[in-house]
Amino acid sequence: MDATATTMEGASKAPDTPVFYLEEEHAHAEGGSTMLGFWIYLMSDCLIFACLFAAYGVLGGSYAAGPSPKDLFDLPLVAVNTSMLLLSSITYGFAVLAMDKGRVGQTQAWLAVTAVFGAAFIGFELHEFAHMIQEGATPQRSAFLSSFFTLVGTHGLHVTCGLIWLGTLMVQVAQRGLIEANKRRLMCLSMFWHFLDVVWIGVFTFVYLMGVLR
Amino acid sequence: MFDNPGLLKAIFGRLTLESLPIHEPILVVTFIAVALGGVALVGAVTYYRLWEYLWREWFTSVDHKRIGVMYIVLGIVMLLRGFSDALMMRLQQAIAFNGSEGYLPAHHYDQIFTAHGVIMIFFVAMPLVTGLMNYVVPLQIGARDVAFPFLNNFSFWMTVAGAVLVMMSLFVGEFARTGWLAYPPLSNIGYSPDVGVDYYIWSLQIAGIGTLLSGVNLVATIVKMRAPGMTMMKMPVFTWTALCTNVLIVAAFPVLTAVLAMLSLDRYIGTDFFTNDFGGSPMMYVNLIWIWGHPEVYILVLPAFGVFSEVTSTFSGKRLFGYTSMVYATVVITILSYLVWLHHFFTMGSGASVNSFFGITTMIISIPTGAKLFNWLFTMYHGRIRYELPMMWTVAFMLTFVLGGMTGVLLAVPPADFVLHNSLFLIAHFHNVIIGGVVFGAFAGIAYWFPKFTGFKLDPFWGKLSFWFWVSGFYFAFMPLYILGFMGVTRRLRVFDDPSLQIWFIIAGFGAFLILLGILAFLVQIVVSIRNREALRDVTGDPWNARTLEWSTSSPPPPYNFAFTPVVHDNDAWWDMKKRGYERPLGGFNPIHMPKNTATGIILAGISVVFGFAMIWYIWWLAALSFVALLATAIGHTFNYNRDFNIPVDEVVHFERARTQLLSGQA
Repeated sequence: MDATATTMEGASKAPDTPVFYLEEEHAHAEGGSTMLGFWIYLMSDCLIFACLFAAYGVLGGSYAAGPSPKDLFDLPLVAVNTSMLLLSSITYGFAVLAMDKGRVGQTQAWLAVTAVFGAAFIGFELHEFAHMIQEGATPQRSAFLSSFFTLVGTHGLHVTCGLIWLGTLMVQVAQRGLIEANKRRLMCLSMFWHFLDVVWIGVFTFVYLMGVLR
Repeated sequence: MFDNPGLLKAIFGRLTLESLPIHEPILVVTFIAVALGGVALVGAVTYYRLWEYLWREWFTSVDHKRIGVMYIVLGIVMLLRGFSDALMMRLQQAIAFNGSEGYLPAHHYDQIFTAHGVIMIFFVAMPLVTGLMNYVVPLQIGARDVAFPFLNNFSFWMTVAGAVLVMMSLFVGEFARTGWLAYPPLSNIGYSPDVGVDYYIWSLQIAGIGTLLSGVNLVATIVKMRAPGMTMMKMPVFTWTALCTNVLIVAAFPVLTAVLAMLSLDRYIGTDFFTNDFGGSPMMYVNLIWIWGHPEVYILVLPAFGVFSEVTSTFSGKRLFGYTSMVYATVVITILSYLVWLHHFFTMGSGASVNSFFGITTMIISIPTGAKLFNWLFTMYHGRIRYELPMMWTVAFMLTFVLGGMTGVLLAVPPADFVLHNSLFLIAHFHNVIIGGVVFGAFAGIAYWFPKFTGFKLDPFWGKLSFWFWVSGFYFAFMPLYILGFMGVTRRLRVFDDPSLQIWFIIAGFGAFLILLGILAFLVQIVVSIRNREALRDVTGDPWNARTLEWSTSSPPPPYNFAFTPVVHDNDAWWDMKKRGYERPLGGFNPIHMPKNTATGIILAGISVVFGFAMIWYIWWLAALSFVALLATAIGHTFNYNRDFNIPVDEVVHFERARTQLLSGQA
C-alpha cells in the first residue's frame, strides 16, 4: 500500500495493470434515475389500488340488505365521466408532443385542456357520490359501499393530486420555460396521469360494468 | 372561561388533562427520568454549542453516510425503549403467580406488549438494516450518493416522526392494547374507542411513507448507479440482498398503507371494512396485513444475510463460496416470501387444501435458506478464519438461526400449528429468528463497518462481553418459552394459575437480565471506543483486509466517496484491485458535482408529527392547518431548482492529500 502512495498519477501505467478508475468523469445526466424511480413509485401505488380492488372483490357482494350496484350505478353518466378522463389522457399526450417540439405556448394550452377534462371528471364523480349519499347509499351503509367509495374515491383523490401537480407545473413552465428539469417533471406527471387512466379502466370494468351485470 | 365544553372540544379535540397519565406512578417516574435525561441532553448540546453543527452537518444533510449513521443511532435509541418494555413484561410474568397480580395493571401491560412489538420491528430493526444499507450500498457499488439524496433525508425524518409519535403515546394518552398487528374487531372503534390504535395507525403510516420512499430510492440507486464494469452478477452479496429487500419494501409496504387506511376509515368515518356487521370481514384485515407482514420479516433478515456473507468471506480470507447460488437463493426467498402469508393463521379455517399449499410453500423456503448456510460453511472451510467480533456474531447466528429455522418448519406443518398457534412456542420461534438473524446481523454489521463510519475500530473487550451476554441471554430467555409453549401456555398472558410454570418464567427473566447486560456492554463499548480512539485508529481505510469497494476509500470516506469513479473487474472488486497492483491516484482531480443540503425533509416530518397528533386527538382545525402546511412546503420545495453544487478541486485535493499523508505516515 505505502509504495503506491509515492507514485504519481495514472491508472494504467503498467501495461498489464487494468483500468481501475475513470480518469475523465463523464458528466452524469441530471436526474438520470428519476424516470425509473418514479416508475417504481407508480408500481407501489398500483399495489395500493390492487389492495382496494381486492377489498372490493371480497366485499363487493356484501350489500347488508342495502342497495346493490344495479340500484345505484348510472352507466350513461359513468360513460361520460370515463370519456372525460380518456380525453384528458389524449390531450396530455398532445402536451408532451408540443413539449418535445419546444413549443411553450402550445404545451401550456394542452395542459390547460387536460386540467379542464380532469376537473370535469372530478366534478361528475362528486355529483355521482352526492347523489348516492342523498339516496342513503353512504359509505357506512354496507361493506359493498365502503369498498366502492374507497376504491373510486382513492382514484378521485389521485386525480385531484394530479390536478394540483398540473397547476404547479404550469406555473413552473411559465416561470422557467421548457428547461430539462421541467420536461422531466412533465414526463413524470404524464406517467402518473396515464397510470390513473389505466386504473380507471379497471374501475370502470370491474366495478361499474360487472357491478351492473351482477 | 373553562366552562364551555363545546369550545374546549373544538380547540383540543379529545385531549384533556385526564389524558396525561398522572395517576400511574410507573409512567410518572418514567416521564421524570426521560424529562431529566432530555433536559441534560439538550443542555449538553447547548453548552457545547453543537446545535448549529448538528443542524448543518447532520439534520439537513443529504449525504447517504450521515443519514445511514442517523438511522443506526435511531435504532439503538429505540432499542432501549423496546427492551425496557421487554424487561417489564418478563418481570411481570415472573412474579404474577400464586394469586399475585404482578405489578402491571392489565391496561398498562397490554400497551407494553403492543408497543414492544411495534417498536422493535418498525423503529429498531428497520432503522438498523436501513441504516446499514444506506451507508454501505452506495460505497459498495462505487457511487457518490443515492439516486435521490433529498428523498433519502426526507425518508429518515419521516421514520423519526413515526418514532416520535410512538414515544408521545407514552406520556400523552395511551398506546394500542391490541397486539402489534392490531387485529379488528378488537382494534375497531367499538372495542378500542380511545387514542391507542390511532397512535398506532398514524405512527406507522407516517414512518411507512419514509420506508417506502427509501425503498424506491435504493432500488433506483442499485439499478442505475453501479460503477462501470459492475454487472448484476458482479455485485457484492450485501448489495444483492439490499436490492431484494428494497424490492420487497416497494412491493409490500403499500399493502400496509392500504390496510391501515381502511382501518382508519372504519374508525374515523364508520365504514364497514372490518366490522362484524354490515357485511364487513375482519379476516380480510388479517390476510392483508400478513401479505405485508410476511415479506416484512424477509425485508429484515435478507440484509442480515448479506452482512454475514461479507463478514464470512472477509474473515475467512476467501472468496464467498457459491456466489451464484447465494444470489439465486436470495431471489428465490424474495419471491417465496409472498406465497406463505397464510401460515400465520392456519387456524382461520381455510380448509385442508389451502393450508397444505401454504404449509408446503413455507417449508420450501428452508431450501434456499439452507443453501445459504452451506455456502457460509463452505466459505469457512479451509479458510484462515479470524475470530474478530463480526465473525463471532456470524457463528452465533449460524447456530442460533438453524434452531429457529427448524422450529419454523415445525410450525409450518398445519396440524402442529393448530396446537402451537399463538403459544409461547411461536414467540420463542420468531424471537429465535429475529434476534438470532436480524439483531445478530445488525451487531455484526455495526462491528464490521464501524471503522468505516468513524476511522477507528470498536473496543474488542467490551464487544466480546456484550456478545457473550447477548448470546447466553438469548438462550436463557427463549428456550424456556419453547418448553412453555409445548405445555400450552399462550402468548400475552398477564397472570398465571399454575405455580409449576413459574420456574421457567424466572429463567426467562434471568435471560432478559443477561441481555440487559449485553446492551449495557454494547453502549460501554461505544463510549470506550470513542475515548480510546487513538489506540484503535485505522489509517488504511481497510482494517480487516476486506474485499469490496467500500474499503478502497478512506475511513470515514470523504463526502464524495470516490475521487475517481472506480472500474470493476471482479466480484471482490477491492480484493482484485489490491492483488493486481492498483495504484491510488494522487493527481488530476476534478471538481465533483454533489447535491446541496436542505432542511425541507426535517420540516415536512415535523409538520407530519403535528398532523398525526391532531388526527389522533380529533383536533380538526390543526389537522387541516398542518395538512395545508405540508402541501405548501412540499410544493414550495419544488420551486427550488438550485439543488446542486460543485466541490471545488482544492477541497478534493485537500481531502486526498490528507489521506496520502495518513497512508505514508503509517509506513
